Amino acid sequence: MPYLMGGYPDPDASRACCAAAADSGADLIELGVPFSDPLADGPVIHAAAGEALAGGVTPDDVLSVCESVAAQVPVVLMVYANVVLQAGLSAYVQRAAAAGAAGMIVPDLPHDESGELREACDAQDVALVPLVAPNTAGCRLDAIGEDARGFVYAVSLTGTTGERSTLPPELATMVERVRAATTLPVAVGFGISTSEHASAVADLADGVIVGSRVVRAAGEGGSAAVGELVSELARALD
Amino acid sequence: MSSPGPGAARERDFGPYGGRFVPETLVGPLDELEQAWLDARVDPDFNAELSLLLADYAGRPTPLYMAPRLSEVTGGTVYLKREDLLHTGAHKINNAIGQALLAKRMGKGRVIAETGAGQHGVATATACALLGLECLVYMGSEDMRRQRPNVERMQLLGAEVTAVETGARTLKEAVSAAIRDWVASVATTHYVIGSAVGPAPYPALVRDLQRVIGDEAREQIQAAEGRLPDRVIACVGGGSNAIGAFVGFVHDADVGLIGVEAAGDGLDSGRHSAPLTTNACGVLHGALSAVLQDEYGQVLDAHSVSAGLDYPGSGPEHAWLRDEGRVTYEAVTDDDAVAAFRRLARLEGIIPALEPSHALAWLFAHPGEGIDILILSGRGDKDLAEVLSR
Ligand SMILES: Cc1ncc(COP(=O)(O)O)c(C=O)c1O
Repeated sequence: MPYLMGGYPDPDASRACCAAAADSGADLIELGVPFSDPLADGPVIHAAAGEALAGGVTPDDVLSVCESVAAQVPVVLMVYANVVLQAGLSAYVQRAAAAGAAGMIVPDLPHDESGELREACDAQDVALVPLVAPNTAGCRLDAIGEDARGFVYAVSLTGTTGERSTLPPELATMVERVRAATTLPVAVGFGISTSEHASAVADLADGVIVGSRVVRAAGEGGSAAVGELVSELARALD
Repeated sequence: MSSPGPGAARERDFGPYGGRFVPETLVGPLDELEQAWLDARVDPDFNAELSLLLADYAGRPTPLYMAPRLSEVTGGTVYLKREDLLHTGAHKINNAIGQALLAKRMGKGRVIAETGAGQHGVATATACALLGLECLVYMGSEDMRRQRPNVERMQLLGAEVTAVETGARTLKEAVSAAIRDWVASVATTHYVIGSAVGPAPYPALVRDLQRVIGDEAREQIQAAEGRLPDRVIACVGGGSNAIGAFVGFVHDADVGLIGVEAAGDGLDSGRHSAPLTTNACGVLHGALSAVLQDEYGQVLDAHSVSAGLDYPGSGPEHAWLRDEGRVTYEAVTDDDAVAAFRRLARLEGIIPALEPSHALAWLFAHPGEGIDILILSGRGDKDLAEVLSR
């Protein structure tokens, strides 16, 4: 499950990157909506968002990228709360649904703040996928699991997105805890950078999300590099 | 510090504003911080230690000074609440000492902070030196260039200053960098936020620590005049000095409360820092509040001659006080603030910081015949180069 920044390096290239990812074995694409102040993101994704915004990319441009690939592979939008709020919750979800988005992840909308958006998403059959962190308390985990839609996104580490050289040692225990709280699939993301990481995570979880590494490939080598990287990652999961 | 008022329970929302719009990783730690503060603020030992430090180290209470020549100009009676006389030169030290004590109490030996003008960074570095805590301050590289002396001060005090190179390289990006650090380091680190902004419990926590301004002023004006003031006027960046002052008077319906934002080049120019005045609403740095943004929800860069007001958001409690009609928010341009800065220096022999110079400019434009209290939140030494270069 690769993460790509919508509209990066530019809208056409972004479309091509998504298509390449889909052609190369991605099971789902997480498509980022660039935001000016992405608190959950490390340097690579932050910079990609900044570049997309500097190029004039709007949330609608990202939805049009979503639309271009949604027939091929499910797309989950990763979008910060203010972008959704400014558009209006139901209006945004409606547009996302019309663009074929299967789900939404809002990294700065914790469970306590998410009720209204979940209703809007349910009404449009868009899955509001929650995030859980290694330090999410047990009772909280249960509540999040209960309200989850689509899958549960387990953040592998306490930190922002970005490539890491090793996987956190507590990952297996964490995934166990998340599994106990939900019947939905569990996907793991943040810090997963290599095929070795991916295959190790695949032994624990149902989905493996690779973000910064893929975004870096999009910036360095465009759709060709994304295709190559996603094929390599997909092979590691076979 | 005064004891907490009634309703000592947790405060996460101010009307529709506030909340916690943060990555999941921060939710547990914010719960922990909230509980630690609820415990600390009713703990007599904690309060005794804080009061002692505020008195003997920071220099509280600050005088409430009746400014005769300024009063002559306005035609009323103007009192200046002299936060500029505090150690490190601004009200920021009230918050920094309180939060550093709290960090220590929570067993967190590492402290991070953001800073724009450098005042909050210097205050936090000072409090950390005092309490033996490790201190790292995030500062936009553009602000580091503009505020070189404060960078050197922080370093002398033993803090590490990390340049932030993203975006406009100013305060907004420094706050984001501090939050990102905190997401990764939260087990060992306390984030001392510099204003009444951010996710709950920060807006209430910072207000509680700054309310000493308003509580003191209320007592002092009663002693001096035997009555409450007609107006309390304060500048609003994130809004910590203003909320600290207003909270002392918010239940006195006859006291007018005026928050003065930075209009920069003018509200129509689009280059300003006045989200409250212009009715903006959005999520920035963990809270729903007044935020400058474009039609797509991208947060805009703020503009102000004063680095301390150069922030596109404001505290959620202010947004609520605005909607409730309890506080009036207006904005003052760079030029008017600089003129007021110069004017106070000659009238009273006090060089104010550029931030409260905005409040002064508002007062000059709206003189009142009654009793005014103006919060002189800091002194202007840091701003000399900026003002003299104009
Ligand atoms: C002297 C002074 N006043 C006011 C401010 C603005 O902050 P706040 O609105 O939180 O009081 C600053 C911020 O740096 C400051 O240094």
